[in-house]
Order: sequence, then structure tokens, then C-alpha cells
Amino acid sequence: MRPLDIAYMGNMLPVIASYIPLTLFMAVVGMVLALVLAAVFAVVRVLRVPIIDRVVAVFISFFRGTPLLVQLFLFYYGLPQLFPSLTSLDGVTAAIIGLTLHFAAYMAESIRGAILGVDRSQWEAASSIGMTQGQVLRRIILPQAARVAAPTLMNYFIDMIKSTSLAFTLGVTEMMGAAQKEAAGSFLYLEAFLVVALFYWAIVEILSVGQRWIERHLGRAVAR
Amino acid sequence: MSCEIRVDGLVKRFGDQTVLDGIDLCLQPGERVAIIGPSGTGKSTLLRCLNYLDRPDAGHIRLGDLDIDAAKASSADVLALRRRTSFVFQNYALFANKTARENIMEGLTVVRGWPKAKAGARADEILAQIGLSDRGDSYPVNLSGGQQQRVGIGRAMALHADLMLFDEPTSALDPEWVGEVLDLIRQIADGRQTMLIVTHEMQFAREIADRIIFMEGGRIVEQGPPEQIFGAAQDERTRAFLRRVG
Repeated sequence: MRPLDIAYMGNMLPVIASYIPLTLFMAVVGMVLALVLAAVFAVVRVLRVPIIDRVVAVFISFFRGTPLLVQLFLFYYGLPQLFPSLTSLDGVTAAIIGLTLHFAAYMAESIRGAILGVDRSQWEAASSIGMTQGQVLRRIILPQAARVAAPTLMNYFIDMIKSTSLAFTLGVTEMMGAAQKEAAGSFLYLEAFLVVALFYWAIVEILSVGQRWIERHLGRAVAR
Repeated sequence: MSCEIRVDGLVKRFGDQTVLDGIDLCLQPGERVAIIGPSGTGKSTLLRCLNYLDRPDAGHIRLGDLDIDAAKASSADVLALRRRTSFVFQNYALFANKTARENIMEGLTVVRGWPKAKAGARADEILAQIGLSDRGDSYPVNLSGGQQQRVGIGRAMALHADLMLFDEPTSALDPEWVGEVLDLIRQIADGRQTMLIVTHEMQFAREIADRIIFMEGGRIVEQGPPEQIFGAAQDERTRAFLRRVG
């Protein structure tokens, strides 16, 4: 057994750290888009919108039923063969699209469950004062569903941050890709991947503090 | 006198069960009508149909210039009807994500399109009227049952509806809160608000109502002024019911 090369790890810190913005960029943009898409999917399913409901169901089934890595390869390497205009699609964009669709499929089911968990009397009371279905959803149902779904959605966000590492398979140099390049030069695989693991861990831990704040904020209406 | 609201031949079925079997009703402006009768006889369903929380299968509902044929009511009809009737729920059904004040404002800002400041001022008036000026910023979970129902009534009052519908407003309350809610409804009744109230509080119905309707089996069996229904009911079913509730 050899000792860890601490000095090397120290030198790597700024290198890996410089890729944090790209990792966070992919995760945050992916999460925002996925949330919007998931909310739309969930509402379509809850309201059983004819036809679209079936399309969404198949979509969710596909993106939950296939591995993210396969989806990313399909988007980046596969689709351009069908649509040549997509050849110019860069790795970062392809990764964001893949992450968005994949996580939207999961999150849609969480949000749908949370919507169905809101008491029926809330729909009735809101309808009774003359709100349209859209107003009922936006003002009364979704805010209450958000509180229920928040912990699960935060888990998906954490998962998404870690999943951005797969972008390196599309040729994107993000945190994982940078670590891989470092290791390929130095052969210090243990140190390189340990550093990048610690970075992911630290990001997720910092986020957990934010999670507690968000949950407290969403729960203020039910805090006794 | 013309009817404020007129219902003709209202029918509601749940599956093969007919819950409302041809209800005809005419409420004069300012008339306060209490519906009594055994459980499961369609009293609440009638109220819910008048707010389209349940969709009637047949019949007509006329309210002012609004004429809704149940068989072909459009969603615009439904919205129009809901904007002219207000509903007080047995279980309060306050918006759990809104404060008491916001619950009262919601219909004014979102449905009536009032600016926030105007709706807020109106909500403050109503909070004072329902005796909860100091609890406006409380969320429903932090209010007692009686306070929640007063806010529920306040939310309905804010809309200035042509017709207020009360669906067993005190049935879910602990006995200690019933009095304050009945007092508030009495206050609204004194203002000659047209109202239809389903209640098991016979004494209260007798006090505030201009007319009592006795329902059984999805039909109106008998109706008349309180002294007639409670003193000299014509139909044996009415008398039997009143003996039971004592």
C-alpha cells in the first residue's frame, strides 16, 4: 500500500473547482426545465386531458424505463443520424436535454402523487368561489402539492447534480471529465477520483442546508 | 314577487341511485330558507348542485338573467353560477396555504379582479365583522374549528353573492364552537341575505328562517313557515322526523 499523495490532491483542488460552475449550470438549468415540464405532465395526467394524457404516459414510461446513459447516447450520438441538423448539438446541451427529460419523467410522478394528496375539499372550495380550473391549480393545489413533493424533488435535484458527471461520456469536460484527464496524466486514479468525489459530496451537503430552508418556507402554512 | 333563484325539475343521480328526484324551488329576494330532513335524503346534494359542485343530470336553474339547463350547461354557465352563489362547507375547507385574510381576499382578487389594496380593505372589514381582526395573519391550522368556520363564512360573505348556501355549517364543530358560528349566520340572516341553509339545528332554523323545507327521498315533502312546519306539519313523514329529532 502506498500513502495518499496529499500534495497532489491539494494541487488538484483548484483545477476541479474551476469546473464547479459548469456542473452547477447543467444541474440548475436541467432542474428548472425538468420542474416546469414535470408540473405540466403531472397536471395533464391529473386532469386526464384526452390524448395528451396518453402521450405523456408513454413518454414517462420510456424515460423511466431506460437508463439515463442510454438516453444521453441516443440524443448525442443517435438522433443526429436521423436529423442531420442536430449534428451541431454540443455535449452540454445534449446533456441538459437528456437530464431534463429523464428527471421530468420521475418528478412528474412525484408531483402527480402530491397533487392527488391534496384534499378534495380544497378543489371544491376554490371552484365554489368561481375560480377556473387553471386558477385552482396554480393558486391552491400546486402550492400545497409543492410542500408535499419538496423533499422528493430535492432528492431528484441531488441525483441530477451527480448525474451531470455522465456528460463526460459525451465529451464534455466537467468535474468528472477534468478528474479523468488529470488521472490519465498522473496515473494517480485514487487521488483524482477521491477529490472529485469529495467535491460532489460537499456540493450536496451545502445543498441540504438549502433544502431545510426551502422545506421550512413551504411548510410555514402548516407550522403550529 | 319574482324569484331571486328558481329551480325546476332538478334531478341528480349517482349511478343508478336517484338522489334528487325533481326539485322545484323559488326563493324570493332576501328570503331565508332552511332545509331539514333525515340524513341521505339529498339536502346537501341540492345545495351542491346549486353551486355546481355536483353536476345535476336534468332540470333548470335560473338566477337573475342566468338560465342554466343542466343537460347542456357550458363551463361558462357554471362559472357564472358559481360567481353568483357562495358556499359554506361543513368542514370549512379553508385554503390551507393561505392566511385567514388571504382566504377572504382570494375570491375578490382572483375571481372579481379587485386590486389587492381594495380586497385587503374589504377583508379587514369582514374580519372585524366575524370578530377575528386579530387573527387575520393566522393560517387555518392555527385556528379553532369555530374560528375556521367563521373565516369560511367570511370568505363566502366577501363575494356578495345573490345566494348564500350553508351546508350543515355547524355539524363538524365541537359543541363549544357552535354558538359563535350560529350567531354569525344569524347576523347575516338579519341583513336579509338570500340564503339556503341545510341544518340539523332545529331551534336555529325556526328562529332565522322565513320558510322551512322538509326533504325526504330526494323530494320536497312539505314546506311552509316555521310555525306551521314545527307546530302543525301536514305530512306524517315530517311529523315523524320532528318527533325523532325531538
